[in-house]
This record gives sequence, structure tokens and C-alpha cells, in this order.
Amino acid sequence: MTEMQPQDAKTQASDPKIDASCLVPLLALSGGAALWLVIGSVLAMIASIKFHAPGFLADCPWLTYGRVQPAADDALLYGFCIPAALGVMLWIFARLSRAPLCLPFVPVVAANLWHLGVFIGLVGVLAGESTGFAWLEFPRGGSVLLFAAFLLIAIPAVATFGQRRERELYPSHWFLLAALLWFPWIYATGNLFLVALPVRGVAQAAINLWFASNLIFVWFGLAGLGVSFYLLPKFAGRPLQSHYLALFAFWTLILFGTWCGISAGAPLPAWMPALSTVAASLTIIPVLAVAAIMWKTLCGSTHSETRGGPFCFIRFGVASFVLAGLMLIAMACPQISKVTEFTWCGPAQTQLQLYGFFAMTMFGAIYHILPQAAGFEFPLQKLARVHFWISTLGVLLLVTPLAIGGLVQGFKWANPSVAPVDVARAALPFLRVSTTGLLLLLLGNLLFALNIFAVTLKWKFALLKTMIAAVKAPLDTKGETTSAFASLRRDKEVKA
Amino acid sequence: MKNGALVFLAVFVALGLSWCGFVLAPARQLGNAKQTTILNSTDLYPMGRPGDANMGLQVYRANGCAACHTEQVRQSGVTCNVVLTGAGKNPELVSNLVSTLKLNGLAKEVADAVSDRITAAGGKAEIHIIATGPDISRGWGTRQSVAEDFLYDYPVQTGSLRAGPDLANIGVREPDANWQLAHLYAPSSEVKGSVMPSIHFLFEVRKTGGAPSPDALVFPKGFGPPAGYEVVPKPEAKELAAYLLSLRANVPLYSAPFTP
Repeated sequence: MTEMQPQDAKTQASDPKIDASCLVPLLALSGGAALWLVIGSVLAMIASIKFHAPGFLADCPWLTYGRVQPAADDALLYGFCIPAALGVMLWIFARLSRAPLCLPFVPVVAANLWHLGVFIGLVGVLAGESTGFAWLEFPRGGSVLLFAAFLLIAIPAVATFGQRRERELYPSHWFLLAALLWFPWIYATGNLFLVALPVRGVAQAAINLWFASNLIFVWFGLAGLGVSFYLLPKFAGRPLQSHYLALFAFWTLILFGTWCGISAGAPLPAWMPALSTVAASLTIIPVLAVAAIMWKTLCGSTHSETRGGPFCFIRFGVASFVLAGLMLIAMACPQISKVTEFTWCGPAQTQLQLYGFFAMTMFGAIYHILPQAAGFEFPLQKLARVHFWISTLGVLLLVTPLAIGGLVQGFKWANPSVAPVDVARAALPFLRVSTTGLLLLLLGNLLFALNIFAVTLKWKFALLKTMIAAVKAPLDTKGETTSAFASLRRDKEVKA
Repeated sequence: MKNGALVFLAVFVALGLSWCGFVLAPARQLGNAKQTTILNSTDLYPMGRPGDANMGLQVYRANGCAACHTEQVRQSGVTCNVVLTGAGKNPELVSNLVSTLKLNGLAKEVADAVSDRITAAGGKAEIHIIATGPDISRGWGTRQSVAEDFLYDYPVQTGSLRAGPDLANIGVREPDANWQLAHLYAPSSEVKGSVMPSIHFLFEVRKTGGAPSPDALVFPKGFGPPAGYEVVPKPEAKELAAYLLSLRANVPLYSAPFTP
């Protein structure tokens, strides 16, 4: 296998041309994603404030804790993480194929469908129409739209993949192609078996746990690592170390990771949690492999880095993946899970995976890609740097207190002489610190959204200017007026 | 890996295996489960919740109660106590024997042996099975939760976080409907220092007027509405309380035995 670096060889389509072909889908996907990100943060803040004041907004059914909390989680996961990842994926497929994106209008339509699905889903959850299954809360109207939109985006992704000049696959190909197949399968299973034609009794709990683990651990692992393995070598200025190790991580992640997630205390036949525990302990293999890949690729990195730039986001993301993986494995150990099961340690691990690993990776990728695709730098570039530091601090302040609070809570629950109300109160100081973390994340997310909206506005403004120029231009020949549209694109290419 | 088809094959194999194991198998095995009989009895379990309790489960789902409460009791094991039920013809011999034996906190085999010795001496003994573990000591249940407890529920709300206590047996612990409703309206009225959010929107605060409502809640001193007002539960609140009262997973089963 050749240790090639993506995009190095001489190509038919130039990079600026490829990047430009991804611009509109990217803006459509990440623009809505940025909006949901901010909305999700606001919802999470509302939920968290309930731990400071239990009477806060008690008269409003739409904003009761049990509706706001899942809505906040879903807004982050379905509103931001997945569409942002899909946009980045399309760009990576185009770059790896060295060809412009196929059918670029399809992802734009799909992005609007997706965001409509998220809107319907979130309104449904807040209105009390949640299905009651973790990470599958969206009522039918929303989930059908999400499913259709995902398939629609997969079509141009696979078509672009088919355009590639080189037969050999790059590691990101495996991860991202697998992610394209993984999500429709598990999402369809979850919605069919739990919502459309529900199975009876506690089998629902088993399928729900299987779905949640396959989504949060495996799907996010596949998509996030696929993106990281493309960008890390570019930032580090040296090839991925190594393709074999990445292939190894891929196989072990999908083989073992997919069996995780059945909690030890679940009222299920004993073989299920037992099998899950074994699988979880085996996932130490892909987690360590990813750590080794990052370590070996970054050692001897030749590129000078900008502080708080995209490189920092990606490194923070991969490190969080390793940490979240180790947490997952530890919490699956029977001795440890006795204490940590059903405590805030669970949400701490999920937030580290979702925000620390995945969202941060996507921020880095979008900050890297969008200026190239648009052909101009971010208008508020300094804010992007500030975003990194605020989010880093925010993740630490969110995850650490939740994890420690979870341990405290777990030990107290295990001691029957501590009254339930005292256990709940013991977790409060930690939850209140985590509110600060959420507040920082909200600020960071606002900075991100500002940047995305600024790019969108600037792009639309440029488009408008070209259109006006085209209308005003003397209509000598038909060819010249139409080429006025193209001149914008040409300008960008020259600049890039 | 040389081409895309191989990636799809890899996913198909890996995900397909776990799909068969964790989706298809439980859907077939648990999805076809039937009622079972209560241990040492001919009564069937579960009998299904009453209609208003089933509607209450929908209120529980809609308002995401499972975000903070589990409905699954864990147990670490069982322990056996040997209880003397009859002294027989030779009470002195039996009582001498019993005074030399350890009767409580035994493993099943040891308890069998002890019981055999007492029987051999002419006495009568019973073995009581007791579930153990922190959840059980806390009084959250007399045994672990098992698949049968959820047979007729949709959606099954096992939950994954105990920000508050487990509710698998809340109907046994707090069997008073007024307690449940007052606790939903103002949690700290029933549990001092509770951090549970109030669920005001399921209740109506109105002027008492000429005829007070028979449904009006009774609060401990200092927690009620202002004088001349009463708190009346909406139908959803009553259904939710009926559901909570129906949470009683406390009968011995073959899969989770204990001596009541």
C-alpha cells in the first residue's frame, strides 16, 4: 500500500474548483447546523438552571426538564453534529476523488429537508410528542424526513466516490463509507422496531440501548475519525502513521464497538450485558490504536501551527475520543459500573464524546474548509480562535464536574443509610459548576454561528453584486452576460 | 482494503452480527414473552395496568420523567435464612441443635444442609430467600426488576439516570394518591429539600368558591395555595398518579425468587 497523502498528486480538477463545487451544500448544511447548535445550547442552559431553581418555568409544559433536556441533546446531535459531518464528508469525498462534487443540488435540497425534520422533531419533543426512547425522541414526521435526507446526501457522496481516479482507498474512505451505511441501518431499525411496529416489553429497552451505543460510540467514531484521519496528516505535514494501523482500528471498532451499550443492571437476559461487557473491554484495542496513530502522526510534525486554529480543534477532538473511549471501557467493568451505572458519569461520557470529540472535530474541519470553498477568509477570524479556547474550557467545565459528581452520587446511592434527597443534593454543586461549562459552550457556539452567518452573508452579497453587474452590463452577446456569473467563481479561484 | 464493495461487506458483517444478537434475538425471545405465574401460586403476572395508569404512562413519556428516574432495581445476589417452623416431638434436641447452628445469611447449599439437619432431628424448617444489594437495602424493591415487569408497557421507560430515586416500586412505597399528586405539584411539600422540578402545569389553581372540589389536594402546613384557593389536578395529573401507583414490581417470580 502506498503511503500517499491525500490530494498531493497532479490532478485533473484543481483544488479550488473542487472546493467551490462544495460551497453551496456546505453552507446549506452547516448554516442550519450552526443555528441548531445555538438553540441546543440555550435549551441545555434552561435544563441546567432547573438544578439551581426547581420552580424555574414550572408553569410552562414546553419547558419542563424532561422535555428540554432531550430536546437539547437532540438539537446538538441531530441538529448540529450529523449535518455538519455530512457537509464535511461531501467535501472530503470530492477532495479524495479529485473531482468536483456530483449532483451538488441534491445535498442542498436534502439539507433543507434535514433541517425541517429537526424542526418538526424538536417542536414535537417540546410539545410532549416524544417517542420516549433515548436518542430516538423525534416523532414520526421528523424521523422520516431525517432518514430520507440522509439517503439523499449519501447519493452524491457515493457518486463522487465513484469518480475517483485512483483505485486504492484512503483510510478516511473506509470510515466515511461505513458511516454512510451505518446510520440508515441503525436509524431504520430503531424507528421500525420501537416506533412504527413496536416490539413487546423489555426488548424495546434492549434495542434502544443497542441503537444509542451504535450511534454515539460507533457512528460518531467512524465519521469523526474519518474526518480526523484526512485532516491530521494535512496539518501535520506528514502522511498518516500508518494506513495499516488505521485499517486495524477500523475493523476492531466496527467488530467490537457495535456490541457495546447493554448496561449491567438492565432487566434483560444475563448473556446480553455479559457479552456487552466483553465487547467493551475489547474496544480498548481500537481506542489505543487511534491514540497511537495520533501520537505517531503528530510526532515530527513539520507545520507551524496557529494557536487556536483548526489544527487545535482536531487534536483536541482525537484526544477526547481516546479519553471518552477509556471512560466507556472503565464504566463497563462490573466493579466500576456498580458505582457509575445510572449516575451523571453516563451523561459526562456522552458529552465528552459528542461535544469534546465530535463537535470540536467538526468545528476544526469547517473552519478549515469553508474559507477554501468560499474563496475568502472568515470575516471574523479572530473569533474562531477565541471559540477554541472558550470551548476547550467549556468542555472541561462541563465534563469534569459531571464525572466527579457522578462518582460522588454513585457512592452515596450505594450506601442505603444516605437518604435519596441527600444523594440528589450531593450532586447539585457539581451540576451547578457544569452550568458554567454550558454557558461557555453557548458563548463559543455563538461565535461559531456568527462566523458561519458572516461567510454566508458575504457570499450572498458577492453573488448579488455579480447579478447586478450582469444585469447592468451591456448586452452585446448572450455569452458575455452568462459569463458574468462565472466571473465570480473565477475571481475566487484566482484569490485562492 | 482495495475497493468500496469491501467496506460495505465489512459493515454488513460487523453490524449484521450485532443486529442479529441484540435486535433480532431479543425481539424474538422477549417480544414473544407471555404472562408467567407468581411463585408458589397460580396467579398470573403481570395482569396489565388499569386504563388510567396506561394513559398515565403516556404522561410519564411525554414529560420525560425517565430523564431523571429509572424503573429498574438491581440486585447483587440472594441470601438464605433458615426459619424454624415446628419443634416436632423432641423440642429439646431441636433447640439444642439450632443453638449451635448459624441460621441467617447462608448460601443456598448451606441452607439446604442446615434445613436437612433440623428435619433429621425431628423439627420443621423453612428456607427464606432474600435478595441482596444496595438497591434492595434502600427499600426500592424486594427483588431485581425482570423482563416480566414490563411485558405490557409501551414505551418501556427503564431510564438510565438516577438524578432522583428509582420508581420500580413507587406504588408500594407511597400508595397514597394525594401524596403522589401533592409531590408532583410541590415536591418539597412531601420530601423536605427535594430538588425535583415542580410540575405545576398539570394542575389548576382556582378560587375555592362556594363548593370546594372533592379532588382538591391536601398539603402539609405551609405548602398549600393561598387562602380561598385550591389546587385541583387536571386529568393528566390523575392519570400520572394512577400510573405511579401501579408501579408495584413486588411479587416473587421464577426468574427472581424471594420469600415474601
